Amino acid sequence: MQRNRIVKLATIFILALSFFSCNIEKEDDATKAAKKAERKAYIQHHLQDSYDFNLYSYKKEDGQKAHIGFPLPVILWDDGLKVFSSSKFHHGETVAEVGESFYKLDHGKIYKTDVVGAINYDETHHATNVKPLDLSITKGVMMIILTGLLMFFLFRGLARSYSKNGGIAKGAGRFFEPIILYIRDDIAIPNIGEKKYMKYMPFLLTVFFFIWFLNIFGLTPLGVNVTGNIAVTASLALLTFLLTNFTGTKDYWMHIFDPLGNSLPWYGKLILYPILIPIEVLGIFIKPFSLLIRLYANMQAGHIVLMSLIGLIFLFRTWMGGVMSFGLAFAISLIEILVALLQAYIFTMLSALYFGFAAQEHDHSEEAHAH
Amino acid sequence: MVGAGLVVIGVGIGIGKIGGSAMEAIARQPESYGKIQTAMLIAAALIEGIGFAALFAVS
Repeated sequence: MQRNRIVKLATIFILALSFFSCNIEKEDDATKAAKKAERKAYIQHHLQDSYDFNLYSYKKEDGQKAHIGFPLPVILWDDGLKVFSSSKFHHGETVAEVGESFYKLDHGKIYKTDVVGAINYDETHHATNVKPLDLSITKGVMMIILTGLLMFFLFRGLARSYSKNGGIAKGAGRFFEPIILYIRDDIAIPNIGEKKYMKYMPFLLTVFFFIWFLNIFGLTPLGVNVTGNIAVTASLALLTFLLTNFTGTKDYWMHIFDPLGNSLPWYGKLILYPILIPIEVLGIFIKPFSLLIRLYANMQAGHIVLMSLIGLIFLFRTWMGGVMSFGLAFAISLIEILVALLQAYIFTMLSALYFGFAAQEHDHSEEAHAH
Repeated sequence: MVGAGLVVIGVGIGIGKIGGSAMEAIARQPESYGKIQTAMLIAAALIEGIGFAALFAVS
């Protein structure tokens, strides 16, 4: 009884407190809208790629913004190759002068401007300035290169430790060996088949660890969002697409352009095939497309949810918001660790499935007997 | 906005059904756990894609 009363009192207290905290400051609509826009911009900014590696920025006492981080090289192709440091932009505040041309950052993109850095907008609020071809080493590109190097040295070291120890894993290999074996025995072999899986194993392993590492890096406070960038996932899906179609056997193409085979006379095919073949051909493109959308959307959604939960602190502006935000963000972070692995697994798994379609070689007469 | 909410409800029901059916299947045939899990994840991933498409159409 005693305990029950304490619980009841505490509940009422918390409810009253939350009511109080909601009423603590009555803001007018204009400032509310402005704050909402600010939070939105903050989330957007964190999802975007950037030209410098910015860990942390704050306002100094004299009102100036200070940034902790380092600039990255900007590489532009605009009447010749132009390489300069992104520190010239001063985080989008000033115009960068390179030779005889001027560039300015606007919403995370580089535009060519005049001396004062004027950017013209059309009615839909898109900048109309010329955009030079951008080959910069941005934050995302830097992380991709770093992950590539990490994987190269890590797995080369593992291979070496195997040959040194007489085929027994050592150190980090004890951790990675089961994962690699899992990909071989539970992803590649069941989907592709005993005969041909070796051809696809390098790609499957690379893509799995690449996506997994990048997803995990995305959860660190470094704030890189590489797999949440549609260009990156599109390139990965493009690789799967190319591999599927360039290693496709005769049976694979027969399945697309003659899906019913001998089970239907030619006059039946004449009616059905105008519908079936376009669907099958579309399927070639939809498969990798769904891969790219799934990975991109999952990672992007995870980051948005995390950022929004952190944004609760600024929404509630009492200690309640902080506690709530921490609890929720912590739980979601744990789920995101799982999602990071799961998305890498799904991408690898579905790639293996598509490779399995491409590598199939079945004996039609045998199949007819089986059914 | 309301449409996106409806889609998410639908996706939730769909993935829930897949998970439930997979559980039943595993309970019936524990030895084919691996295969069922794989099929479950693929189906769930495909449905999930639709949910994300709806969410991105809104934002």
